[in-house]
Amino acid sequence: MAHYLLLIYGDEQALDAAGDEATAAILAGHAAFGEANQGTIRAGDALEHTGSATSVRRGQNGSFVITDGPFAETKEALGGYYLVEAADLDEALTLAKQVPSPFGGIEVRPIRTFD
Amino acid sequence: MNADVEAAVADAHRREWGYVLAATIRVTGDLDTAEECVQDAYARALSSWSSSGIPDRPGAWLTTVARRAALDQLRRRSTESRKLPLLVQEAVPAPSDESELPAVTDDRLRLIFTCCHPALAPEAQVALTLRLVCGLTTAEVARAFLVSEPTMAARITRAKKKIASARIPYRVPPLVELPARIDAVTTVVHLVFTTGHTAPVGADLVRRDLVERARHLARVLRTLLPDNTEVAGLLALIVLTDVRRPTRTDAGGHLVLLPDQDRSAWDPGAIAEGIALAREALSRRPPSRFALMAAIAAVHAEAPSWEATDWAEIVALYDLLLPVWPSPIVALNRAVAVGFAEGPAAGLAALERLATEPLLASYSYLAAARADFLRRLGRLAEARLAYEEALLLNENSVEREFLSRRLAQLDG
Repeated sequence: MAHYLLLIYGDEQALDAAGDEATAAILAGHAAFGEANQGTIRAGDALEHTGSATSVRRGQNGSFVITDGPFAETKEALGGYYLVEAADLDEALTLAKQVPSPFGGIEVRPIRTFD
Repeated sequence: MNADVEAAVADAHRREWGYVLAATIRVTGDLDTAEECVQDAYARALSSWSSSGIPDRPGAWLTTVARRAALDQLRRRSTESRKLPLLVQEAVPAPSDESELPAVTDDRLRLIFTCCHPALAPEAQVALTLRLVCGLTTAEVARAFLVSEPTMAARITRAKKKIASARIPYRVPPLVELPARIDAVTTVVHLVFTTGHTAPVGADLVRRDLVERARHLARVLRTLLPDNTEVAGLLALIVLTDVRRPTRTDAGGHLVLLPDQDRSAWDPGAIAEGIALAREALSRRPPSRFALMAAIAAVHAEAPSWEATDWAEIVALYDLLLPVWPSPIVALNRAVAVGFAEGPAAGLAALERLATEPLLASYSYLAAARADFLRRLGRLAEARLAYEEALLLNENSVEREFLSRRLAQLDG
């Protein structure tokens, strides 16, 4: 078995504009996804919007530069994740297709193992 | 070592590489070790077949030798650390001894689906298929796609690494996923074919080796998936298009367009095979992209002459193809067919609608088609401009030579 991180990307503005009903439907979708895949989900969280993000970059002479905002500004921002267990990429992709992501999509990244 | 043995090894390399490699991967569990073992088996074949004769079934001989080498590696490897994780395989235990080797089922299908996995970039899918299934060297693959050898080597290495690290499985996908995955496989084979059929750059119109590889791959797929209409359509398209190959250039290597090709030189056996396959492919509703393209090729192949071609049927088939495959190139081909079904003025009008299509802006065939219709309408000054534009955009020297000739004829 291997682990994959399912990164949920979406357009925050579109999400905000969608309204309460759509938001409730997305949350219900996540609840259903969680229930259907209890055995394979190791962790998962939703993130606050990128407006709340702070980036820390290493500056010169051991100093740090703190900036407001996400590391990279993109139309579709990281909004949440699941850590799942899957036998292979096809299984992970099958899971990814079930994750609600009406305003974007899912990036599937294998967790690297060191041995 | 004699010429017969060398020819037999070369032939086995062309026909059996994918078969031998796929069977060996089942033992090694990784691509690189399997490739080494298979290369080694081919090298041994040269000396062994010289002394003890060419075996009746070269593929089986090579598979046995390669798998034996792989088992030796496995035993040694247990003490070594590994850089890459093993391929994800179905739960079939690796044989521990050569005597336990299972009868070789066709692992080629697993290999093809792994190489054409949609998680790999399209250009990586093509490169891996040519390298692993067809046994082309990295240098040969690089030449086929006009990139430098280091670039192609990096592309192949990256793809192999992704197969291992993302755990792209070495297996035939389950039935529910098959249609989408077959689509990726047929797209790769079709791309190999079209790249060979009209080499984008260079002195030869056709890269025969690529055409042969594509046809071989399509035949392998047909053998392994005999009920799949998508595969039947692909093979039909390749057979029916390639039937024109001997007549597409004259003795001097000059381009001969379809109207002027000597149809008596087309192989009637190949046409009959292609038409039967196309008919089978069209039995699925709705018909697939390759089934429709094969049907168009079939109409051409069946027509006794250019004048006697059923152009209305061809336009009707393009009308079905366009929604299935909404590509500007298909729209361009449709417009050209309209020009023959309804006359050059109608064709020109159909082309005008494509003039603003950005994907066709640098496509020389659009300008060439417009030039041809203008010439037939007697609008020679405009035709000259269009031929000059087509020449600017074309890098295949055989096609350039044809366009130059047409341009010169306007003045004559």
